[in-house]
Amino acid sequence: MNARPWLKIVSVLIGLFLTVPTLVVIPMSFSASKTFRFPPEGWSLEWYERLFTAPEWSTSIVNSLQVGLLTTLLATTLGTAAALGLQRLGPRARGLATGLLLSPIIIPHILIALVIFSAFLRLGLSGTLSGIALAHTAMALPFVVIAVTARLQGMDPALQKAGGSLGANPFSVFRKITLPLALPGVLSGAVLAFISSFDEVVIALFLQSPSALTLPVQMFNSVTVQIDPTISAASSLMVVLVSVPILLAQVIGARRGKAGRQR
Amino acid sequence: MPAPTAPPETAGAAVPAGRAPARPRPAARRRAAALFLLLPALVALGVFFVLPLLDIVMRSFTDPEPGAGNYLSLFTDGYTLRVLGRTLLVALIVTVAGVLLAYPYAYMMTLASPTTRAVMVTVVLVPFWTSMLARNFAWMVLMQDGGVVQGLLSLVGLNGVRLLGTTTGVAVSMIQVLLPFMVLPMYSVMQQIDRRLLLAGQSLGASRLSSFRKVYLPLSLPGIVSGASLVFVLALGFYVTPALLGSPQGALIAQVIAVRTRELLDFGGAGALGVFILVVTLISLGVSRRLAGSGAASGAAHVMAGGGGR
Amino acid sequence: MSATTAGGGRIELTDLCKRYGSGPLVVDHVSIDIAPGEFITLLGPSGSGKTTTLNMIAGFTDITSGSIKLGGRDIAPLPPHRREFGMVFQNYALFPHMTVAQNVAFPLRERKVPKAETARRVEETLRLVDLEGMGGRRPDELSGGQQQRVALARAVVFSPSVLLLDEPLSALDRKLRQSLQQEIKRLHQELKLTFVFVTHDQDEAMSLSDRIAVFNAGRVERIGTPADLYRDPGTRFVARFLGESNLFPGRLRPGGVYEWAGHKWAVPDADGTPAGRDLIVRPERLRLAATPGEVPDGANSIAATVTTLSFQGTHQRAELDYGDGSTGSAVLPPDATDGIRAGGRVTAYWDPAHQVLVTPPAEAAPASAAPDPRTIKENA
Repeated sequence: MNARPWLKIVSVLIGLFLTVPTLVVIPMSFSASKTFRFPPEGWSLEWYERLFTAPEWSTSIVNSLQVGLLTTLLATTLGTAAALGLQRLGPRARGLATGLLLSPIIIPHILIALVIFSAFLRLGLSGTLSGIALAHTAMALPFVVIAVTARLQGMDPALQKAGGSLGANPFSVFRKITLPLALPGVLSGAVLAFISSFDEVVIALFLQSPSALTLPVQMFNSVTVQIDPTISAASSLMVVLVSVPILLAQVIGARRGKAGRQR
Repeated sequence: MPAPTAPPETAGAAVPAGRAPARPRPAARRRAAALFLLLPALVALGVFFVLPLLDIVMRSFTDPEPGAGNYLSLFTDGYTLRVLGRTLLVALIVTVAGVLLAYPYAYMMTLASPTTRAVMVTVVLVPFWTSMLARNFAWMVLMQDGGVVQGLLSLVGLNGVRLLGTTTGVAVSMIQVLLPFMVLPMYSVMQQIDRRLLLAGQSLGASRLSSFRKVYLPLSLPGIVSGASLVFVLALGFYVTPALLGSPQGALIAQVIAVRTRELLDFGGAGALGVFILVVTLISLGVSRRLAGSGAASGAAHVMAGGGGR
Repeated sequence: MSATTAGGGRIELTDLCKRYGSGPLVVDHVSIDIAPGEFITLLGPSGSGKTTTLNMIAGFTDITSGSIKLGGRDIAPLPPHRREFGMVFQNYALFPHMTVAQNVAFPLRERKVPKAETARRVEETLRLVDLEGMGGRRPDELSGGQQQRVALARAVVFSPSVLLLDEPLSALDRKLRQSLQQEIKRLHQELKLTFVFVTHDQDEAMSLSDRIAVFNAGRVERIGTPADLYRDPGTRFVARFLGESNLFPGRLRPGGVYEWAGHKWAVPDADGTPAGRDLIVRPERLRLAATPGEVPDGANSIAATVTTLSFQGTHQRAELDYGDGSTGSAVLPPDATDGIRAGGRVTAYWDPAHQVLVTPPAEAAPASAAPDPRTIKENA
């Protein structure tokens, strides 16, 4: 490669700036101290123990998992159907519908939170886990639509024609050809939907109630309302749990990407 | 519209007898299927996003009383205007700093070998998807009084610099948190630029630097514009970082919205602030679309959604 | 069961038309009668309507007017999967998530053929295309030529009465193309199916087909056996499309005289009606003489300049300039060099029996004028 040395150095520094600061949460999580002092003066597993045994933390984890799974189920189903529908539209209508479906990705979360909070107060959905999941579904839809659409666009349209010419009816073509080939996109859409819900703070913060606290909200409260170092254990877990699926998705995407794509 | 009757000049070749009448044509069937498949998602978005948004816009003009009172008070209560000004300033600083950092990184990505590039993409993608709270909490630890950042600064002779609870601290961590949003659109534009154009520029007598400035920079501009507008918009409505690292005295607009909504239940006032954010958002995105086209943004979206490994 | 349609693979296209929206007709009153077991090629440049016609036969595109019959039965209302045609696509369209054997078994599984029968027929068909033992491979592990052979196997395994081929060779390189041409020809002879082949490559069309339908601007400009079309193209378009020719756009005069740019040539079999016609002579029919005196009696001739002379192994090619902006070429035996060199003057001559008169494009004809029977009927 013909990059100048200074460019390489600058890039490495920026790469470090992107990754290293976040990593302090890992040593922090093994601290023995009740403060956020860094580097820690002693080591312990106290905060991990608290994360899984203290009721406020363990409940919030379960809540987040429930919300995340429900969101994933809804967003993946709706988003996959929508992506398949987009393929059948003319270019104009497709542009319009795509714009609408992707809009939650560009509107600031604080605005979405405000809007959904006010609506859910009236609908009686505020302060419920299902309300949070429904709001997260609207937020996660774009990720599924993008992932599935990318997959479908890479597909040779002649494959569906071939299925028809070989005697498969449209439903059979969908079940045996379109769906299996779109599956990697559906899966990565599902992973992204889960992550986006599991990590979402602002909307969950607005919709929270004592019976509907998600893990990010509990973390937020643990530094703003009280000082609870358990957040460092929670942060470490989330960094690891969120990074691993991404790396997997990248690897699987790169490997599966070769198949079924005609370029 | 499929023409049901034969046009005049083909009248001689009218549809022969035996052609089945009124079979739904493939085009019509496709449209029906498209609608059927899209409807659930569109309804969900409509009910949980579009209608509530319209409702809030309405309330900003009617709650507590009809009129533009909520908007007038933005400019007259003395406090809100300062918050708006501060928010715009922070968003602008974050955007400019982001461009300066992201550009060389994205450029390097286009030069790197495939393996290095995959690593560089991952370095951007992992923070993009890593818990916002974890990353902000990390900054909180680093920036606290007596923390690592202060220690490093005092090494170079800057003693007792306070970052936690200041607008500077908020801006620094926002730059880091939002940087991936800047790198991805830039990279998606840059990887499409034919690097031989640079050599062509040099062969025509331009120096390396001026070839870069006159050929590459203009071609990469759409990436800069769409990355910058995306980061500007996100910074404008950012809540977690200022809430964790800032202070009530240095509040940004998102914190004011949160307080008005959750504590004061003042949906009219919060709605007016929300509409302000929405309008600035739509203007920035509109400007960026005009300047850069929609290709850069959608390309970035694909990289974000995990297609970036190639 | 359903595969054995009464009447075999006879396809009748009658006044088939296609237009998109309110645009022009992209397929304009195409009528072709395809006999059972025939190998017919739809030949034409891109945009001439040949692929749209094939897609209408296959059922992927609906027809605007006209009819499509298979064995006397109107199939226009049937969706593609009920038409029982095998189809081979340009980019193979093999299902990437299935093995070769699964690809070939697909149409049988859709028809609920019993497992043992399926396995037997898959193996048999793979043997037919020389891919024995490749059943376990994935399509992306095969070469382009092998992939297209799998596509062929998949399209014939369910014994359709008709095989539709949409430019199946255009994605392959030259050498592979030729060996697959032989393969397709052999399959046609062994299976005795009706083949409808779409291509823009005239050599492919010539070497494979029983008959060729030449498409131009949505119409069938001419239809006939390769030899007929080459000998007597009928129109300038067909003449140009099917190989090279020396073409002189002049007029037919009364008394069996053809006139172009001051030259007058004999047309022995002319019917005497004056008309604008092109006179064409194929390069291999043209002879060159170093001096006008060598031209035999009764031959038509014209002076020309040899612009280039190139040796091609089995023959030599001379590029000729006739003046008046007209150029052409001649094919010579490899040793005929007497007095002929690049840059020299020669006299080109030919036996009037080897010249052909064809119709030039109608002047300023509107895009979709009323159907004109001239092109097909005239030389009957």
